[in-house]
Amino acid sequence: MAEQLSGDLRLQGLTKSFEHFTAVHPLDLTIPQGSFFALLGPSGCGKTTTLRMIAGLEDPSGGRILIGDKDITTTKAYQRNVNTVFQSYALFPHMTVLENVEFGLKRRGEKDSRKKAQEALELVQLAEVGRKKPVQLSGGMQQRVALARAIVNRPDVLLLDEPLGALDLKLRRQMQIELKRIQSEVGITFVHVTHDQEEAMTMADTIAVMNAGHLEQLGDPATLYEQPRSTFVANFLGQSNLLRATVTDVPGSDGTVVVRSHDTDLEVSRHHVPDGIREIFLGVRPEKLRLGTSGGPNQLKGAVTDVSFTGVATQYLVRMPWGRELMVVQQNDGSARAVVGENVTISWAAEHGFALDAHQDADAGAETEDDRG
Amino acid sequence: MASVSTGAAHPLSTGASAPPERRRSNWVPYALLLPGLLWLTVFFVVPMVTLFSQSLQEGSVDEGYTFTGNIGIYAEALQGYFPQLLRSIGYAASATVLALLLGYPLAYFMALRAGRWKNILLVLVIAPFFTSFLIRTLAWQTILSDSSIVTETARAIGLTDLLQAVGLTGNDNLMASKFAVICGLTYNFLPFMILPLYSSLERLDPRLVEAAGDLYASPAQGFRYVTWPLSLPGVVAGTLLTFIPAAGDFINSKLLGNTQTVMIGQVIDAQFLRVLNYPLAAALSFVLLVLILLLVSAYVRKAGTEELV
Amino acid sequence: MSWIRRHLLAFAALAVLFYMLIPNVVVAIFSFNNPKGRYNYQWTEFSTEAWQNPCGTPGICESLGLSLRIGIVASLVATVLGTMVAFALGRHRFRGRAGTNLLIFMPMATPEVVMGSSLLTLFVMMGLPSGGGAILIAHIMFCLSFVVVAVKARVASLDPRLEEAAADLGANPVQTFMRVTLPLAAPGIAAGALLAFSLSFDDYIITNFNASPSSITFPMYVWGASTRGTPVQINVIGTIMFLIALLVVVTGQVLSNRRQKAA
Repeated sequence: MAEQLSGDLRLQGLTKSFEHFTAVHPLDLTIPQGSFFALLGPSGCGKTTTLRMIAGLEDPSGGRILIGDKDITTTKAYQRNVNTVFQSYALFPHMTVLENVEFGLKRRGEKDSRKKAQEALELVQLAEVGRKKPVQLSGGMQQRVALARAIVNRPDVLLLDEPLGALDLKLRRQMQIELKRIQSEVGITFVHVTHDQEEAMTMADTIAVMNAGHLEQLGDPATLYEQPRSTFVANFLGQSNLLRATVTDVPGSDGTVVVRSHDTDLEVSRHHVPDGIREIFLGVRPEKLRLGTSGGPNQLKGAVTDVSFTGVATQYLVRMPWGRELMVVQQNDGSARAVVGENVTISWAAEHGFALDAHQDADAGAETEDDRG
Repeated sequence: MASVSTGAAHPLSTGASAPPERRRSNWVPYALLLPGLLWLTVFFVVPMVTLFSQSLQEGSVDEGYTFTGNIGIYAEALQGYFPQLLRSIGYAASATVLALLLGYPLAYFMALRAGRWKNILLVLVIAPFFTSFLIRTLAWQTILSDSSIVTETARAIGLTDLLQAVGLTGNDNLMASKFAVICGLTYNFLPFMILPLYSSLERLDPRLVEAAGDLYASPAQGFRYVTWPLSLPGVVAGTLLTFIPAAGDFINSKLLGNTQTVMIGQVIDAQFLRVLNYPLAAALSFVLLVLILLLVSAYVRKAGTEELV
Repeated sequence: MSWIRRHLLAFAALAVLFYMLIPNVVVAIFSFNNPKGRYNYQWTEFSTEAWQNPCGTPGICESLGLSLRIGIVASLVATVLGTMVAFALGRHRFRGRAGTNLLIFMPMATPEVVMGSSLLTLFVMMGLPSGGGAILIAHIMFCLSFVVVAVKARVASLDPRLEEAAADLGANPVQTFMRVTLPLAAPGIAAGALLAFSLSFDDYIITNFNASPSSITFPMYVWGASTRGTPVQINVIGTIMFLIALLVVVTGQVLSNRRQKAA
């Protein structure tokens, strides 16, 4: 029925449209075999639809899905060597935990299904609950059973549909580490769908950021974070301060270029500026900004309007002369804290900035709906 | 089937747990229960006891009855009317199985495939239930009458010969036969089978069936391993609600059957209201009741559902 | 191939639905018949005579009236008693829960023949005469359990925190009950009442045991007619009942849909 395949997961021009709207615009993606891959985006961006198409639970409107060289676009879900960990876990309530985990193995007629199922439970550290029914387990345990149930089949690709959404913070962090460990131990390609950018960055080797059915940017977490190529990515991953600026022809010191923003000359690394663009948003992450002049040659003056102490760091909002507030995050390394109303100078280094085409929505990706229950 | 969304229910709970602790004075529940339970005790339990005692009495309507503890009446009842008892159980079982075979596809379709037609279908299933079942059963006399379109067609396609061959009819008519009686019984109790099935299937989480497919189960296997087991509470409820009244029914056999299809309900009715042999009638009633209870408890134990009410 | 398979289920489902509705259709059609003999089996000729004269046959409308009266009173009493029991079962702790459940379940598991005959026996022994009163008592008895089941399902799904919120906002127990609990439970109670009414209205077997010549209910009239001769008026009334039932059920659906939309 389902052959053992290997190879990269490739999506070619994958599309899904409904009567009145397109959920996924033609998507081209290659997910390397054995990697931990994240599909990140706000709710409604098409990531879950894409996942379901890979699983075979949704028929694509166009395009192809391949694993290695085998085209599985028209293969039915129960014949694909792809398994899913569902958001709601979807554990069969009338079967015991062990029977749940065994289910896929038995349908394929594999020998030693019980033994393999028990081993999978050990992998997720639930060796003793085999005889219980799902309803008797806590949310975290159910989630691990769902994982065991999928992993035991050693699929070519394991899909995870926001599996940690229902867990509380501590448990979620724990599970993130667990999932990463299990993935590297078992070596299966994981495709993880989430709207939580911290989660994606913690766990994934590569992230595909999706927005309204389009792929915004693809890359490893560090690149996406430090060099976003759109305001959406800049705002969706972490926080960004965006300043309108115009590129001048004046070269700055040591591989930078001068841009003019609000009557101030600022410098940004040349290779961070997209070619041929004059009007830009100059972006800086809050943690790259310093209070005082020690941060770097880029300097702006403003007044502190808010101070939030979060334990690890202090978050400041500083109002600029033109009205906009910039966010500054400083680690609590013992240096003095500013107070509300104080006039401060903010500084940062040229290489800590990035530039984006100004012809986009500055607030894209900034509002993330909390769609958890 | 509207329900208030509470957000309080556990996604996997069956709702069968005990209610939350109420810190009120203890007399409230008892006060609530008293009138209803009293009514049932006086007008259900007591009559049952009376009936039982009646079965052990001897005498006649004119002379009066005296309690003699005549257990022999039960032997008499069993010996004399064993065929009718067996027949009633048999007809009821046939009707129940047929109702399940016919009702499950309809309930499944309504619950899982009908989409926006669901409510219309529900109305069409429920509405006949509220109209006089006697009139509707009489309509079967018209539908299956010897010269009706249905009967003519059945003769033309050889159905009547087939039915006669297996003993469901005695001649080339459809009316006044075992076939007609079972047809009527099935028809009468289909809503009782469909509604619990529908209710059970409606509560089925479609993501579970998806998960089964994701785990290599073909659609048929998905049904066998997920849908069917999870619909079992509805199946049990439906079969009970069909079998129990069907076993004691006599309307269908009276209107649609013949002298060979007499069911035990008819016998009891006749004994009570025409022959006036009260002890025998009472004994027959209890035999029927015990028989049903035995079958039901065996069935329930096998099917394994705890909550029936 | 899968197109056929998917539609196979639809065909099967609709065929079964057809089987369930055919008698109603036949009843309606034959209400326009003008039969030759006493019985209404064969189509003779089209006639609206019965519709123009629905009470034309002696006794039919009287029996209808009696059934309606008994039905309304029985369903009212059964609903009140049954709702109380359902609330006790659904929201309170008390001793004897198992016994109560058993007592409620038993009438639903007992054949009507047995219930009817046992009541007759009791009444005879008590010296109570058969007739409308006896029928009413019997109907309340067997409708009770069904009301309990209908309401209990609804009550069990009510969120007790809603009542706690009401109390927190200053409502005393009576106000809470009238303004929060009762309205929320209303659909279940309405369903129970409707069920009780239809069970009572449609009952033949138990009624027959406890009736007297002066208390002929509609089902009893129909039964008698099946032996004496079926007037077309029976079909007329049957069709009217079906239409009313359709109307009631559709209204119920529309109301519940509206409530769900508003929620």
